[in-house]
Amino acid sequence: MNNPASAKVEAITRINDFVVKFANVNGSGSASANNMFAKAVFRMGIPVSPHNIFPSNIQGLPTWYEVRINEQGYLGRREGVDLMVAMNEQTIAKDIAAVLPGGYVLYDSSKPLPEHLFRDDIQYLPIPLKDICIREFDKPPQRQLFKNIIYVGALAALLNIDFEVLTGLVSDQFRGKEKLILPNIHALELGHQFSMDNFDCPLNLQLKSSDKNDNKILMDGNTAVGLGCVYGGATVASWYPLTPSTSVVDAFGKYCKRLRIDPGSGKQKFSVVQAEDELAAIGIAIGAGWNGARAFTASSGPGISLMQEFLGLAYFSEVPVVLFNIQRVGPSTGMPTRTQQGDLLSCAYASHGDTKHILLFPATPKECFEYAIDAFDLADRLQTPVIVMSDLELGMNEQICDPLRWDENRNYDRGKVLDAEQLEEIGKFGRYQDIDDDGIPYRTYPGTHPDKGSYFTRGSSHDAYAAYTEDGDVYAEVMDRIAKKFRTALNYLPEPEIDDSGNKLGLLYTGTTTSAIQEARDLLARQGVAVDTLRVRAFPLHDSIKAFIDGHDRVFVIDQNRDAQLKSLLKIELNVNEEQVESILSYNGVLVTAQHIERAILTSIESQTAADKVKT
Amino acid sequence: MTYISKPKFQHPQLQANNIGLTRRDYEGTLTTLCGGCGHDSISAAIIQAAADMSLEPHRVAKLSGIGCSSKIPSYFLGKAHAFNAVHGRMPSVATGANLANKELYYLGISGDGDSASIGLGQFCHIVRRRINMLYIVANNGTYGLTKGQLSATADLGSKTKSGEESLYDNIDMATLAIELGASFVARSFSGDKQQLVPLIQAGLSHKGFAFIDVVSPCVTFNNTDASTHGYKNTWENNVALSQVDFVPMRKEITTSYDAGKEKEITLHDGSVIHLHKTGSNYDPYDQENALHHINQHKKQGRIATGLLYINQSTSDLHELTDTVDKPFNALTEHDLCPGDEVLMDINETFR
Repeated sequence: MNNPASAKVEAITRINDFVVKFANVNGSGSASANNMFAKAVFRMGIPVSPHNIFPSNIQGLPTWYEVRINEQGYLGRREGVDLMVAMNEQTIAKDIAAVLPGGYVLYDSSKPLPEHLFRDDIQYLPIPLKDICIREFDKPPQRQLFKNIIYVGALAALLNIDFEVLTGLVSDQFRGKEKLILPNIHALELGHQFSMDNFDCPLNLQLKSSDKNDNKILMDGNTAVGLGCVYGGATVASWYPLTPSTSVVDAFGKYCKRLRIDPGSGKQKFSVVQAEDELAAIGIAIGAGWNGARAFTASSGPGISLMQEFLGLAYFSEVPVVLFNIQRVGPSTGMPTRTQQGDLLSCAYASHGDTKHILLFPATPKECFEYAIDAFDLADRLQTPVIVMSDLELGMNEQICDPLRWDENRNYDRGKVLDAEQLEEIGKFGRYQDIDDDGIPYRTYPGTHPDKGSYFTRGSSHDAYAAYTEDGDVYAEVMDRIAKKFRTALNYLPEPEIDDSGNKLGLLYTGTTTSAIQEARDLLARQGVAVDTLRVRAFPLHDSIKAFIDGHDRVFVIDQNRDAQLKSLLKIELNVNEEQVESILSYNGVLVTAQHIERAILTSIESQTAADKVKT
Repeated sequence: MTYISKPKFQHPQLQANNIGLTRRDYEGTLTTLCGGCGHDSISAAIIQAAADMSLEPHRVAKLSGIGCSSKIPSYFLGKAHAFNAVHGRMPSVATGANLANKELYYLGISGDGDSASIGLGQFCHIVRRRINMLYIVANNGTYGLTKGQLSATADLGSKTKSGEESLYDNIDMATLAIELGASFVARSFSGDKQQLVPLIQAGLSHKGFAFIDVVSPCVTFNNTDASTHGYKNTWENNVALSQVDFVPMRKEITTSYDAGKEKEITLHDGSVIHLHKTGSNYDPYDQENALHHINQHKKQGRIATGLLYINQSTSDLHELTDTVDKPFNALTEHDLCPGDEVLMDINETFR
């Protein structure tokens, strides 16, 4: 009973290069089964990137898990689906429509599929999942949960997944809960057996063990941020729960409970405070930073909006604080469980008055880890908020990256902090004096010295000695010094990643857009279009960005937002010529694809060529 | 805050305290508040309290929000660090500061606008979190800096200088603090230094969240006879439920007290407060009793003052979360960073 209506289009034949999408109902236990599938591909040594497209809901709404498998290592999203695991009746019509001609649909055939859902250009893989579960398992929750495991077992046979890899994963997952191992393996076997008995296994879509993941890890960005905060020496985490940032603090707390317990006393070398709102969350972090502890908060758009006033205070009174913004779709509540680079402008200049903030843009979990550590050094060195701009795509999806490393010779840079002895040696202490001509003043922690070093931290205008002033010239001097500090900051921030081979066209992007770039470049190269690339990794913007733009006829700036916020930053900060930069925008809530970039550039080139023809 | 620098003159016979400091060492800059402002009396009370108990000024961190009240940390303990937060958000900054270094004294100064309106949420939550600090609200029932609007602590029917009458019930910060679990709650009057100074001392020595609601008249905008926060009403209707004397831990107790009339309470740091029972059967250990007394007096137009409630058996946030003895801000990479070998093991769990 392979396919009732044999497909008119030839089946897609590909090894280690296809997209499997799981359409489920959220709260049905599908997440761990789908994750098992992705991890099995990873363990077979094949590059894989899962993308979770989930609802802002606990139970009952549609959720998708899209798994890109690509031997060449293209880890961005790819348009179109080769194999759909269609488990959600609410969305099945749309899900089946999304399958590429020649692709496959795996569905639960316990109930017949309505006639109109049969396409003649795809193949159907009917498995009576519900019936098998009713036959094999007694309890209703098991019947529900194992449905998911059974289809993973079926996929193992269909796609040629090493079955031992799957059983190994089950054993790892249920370590300590051994009773669950056997029923799970049984469920995998049920699916596997059914496929072997009923379909020509494997399909033309196949997996073949490879060695591309040697020494790699599969991790999500928020876990990496949480670990980075542990390694970076954060002791105070204050936060308010908000998707998609919640798992940052969850990870920090989890690792602290393992790694930050004082062996002698059993006491904690950390504190996690769930605040009453985001205002308090950043206020707590600022208070701790002022008093010399490394502190952070993690949030997303709505929370960042609430933190604006405090960010201005920390900027003007020069208090170190680290903020992780796991961006989601705005404005307002927007789409809480979808991704966007929508907060570039609101973070770069957060708060009223003349403000500016240090931003870091990680692109991989490894960078999430490293930038988290760097953020604490930068905040201490520059005495100002540092905002790490991740997003939902990076934060909540697993990604393959190099293993995390810590350099044992690295020391924390606590910046310019005077201790009691140093205070003894100097004359009058001035909290906001520019002693070193780099715009960075010296600070002291409360309680350091009986007579020297105390000062009044305030968000009101102050002089070099932190005393209140309404003298406009003194105010302007302080503002100018802070501006100077931000020029100094460029020496400490990660430089842009540039690949310049002297082409006429450039691609400029940041953050998670990176996942699509190599693929986009290769796609364009096949069309005879060569592009150079620049990845922005920090704000304020480095001068080499301006040089890159000036060195190209045209630079495409890719923004995962509607209003071209990255391009706006280039124009505001670098005075970039409007005619030299062209936007490529993607803001539908899912990660931008290489195909989207390719199309946009080809279209632009065509219209440019047409325009040139008209001119001549 | 002032354009006039304070003279450094010190009277040669000014008495030094146990750590060799005089009152002058506890002062700050010259005040810029209106002449007669109740808040200046609070500053003076803090100076006297800290000097008399021989507190090292630099071991205090002063925190405040925004408003007239929040300016006053400038006017006392000039050798202490201070943090002027954004409006209504001092509690969160104090929480973070306290987490970073548990070894300092934390003194929060706020006002009724700052803590009962814009910052009411933060106030409630710092009480819940039991931060080890003394939190003083300089309560004048009005917004002074913006020229006399009613605040949320203004009593129903109370009138401002411009004649605006409060249409709403007031928020009573002391009862709120008791209800939310503050372990030391007092009320006083800026004009009654004798009552206020020992309360400040006891509040600083208390381990846990100590709160003092200080009625502190605004002479410019809310000191009319029709105001319940003015000097006249507060003098006339202030009823002390208890009167306390404070004996710092270093001082030998030489005065003898009549055991029948006082209760001795030993605070966490070894200091002792002597509680004179002024009411017939006032018990400051009883939360419900305290609320009952305060409300009874309020119904009769009186302001219950003194030590209203105390509970010495609660834990502060550090104890609740079992933090290490060493202050967080003294921990180094050696204490905090697990190192590369551990990281290699962590990497293994992501394969």
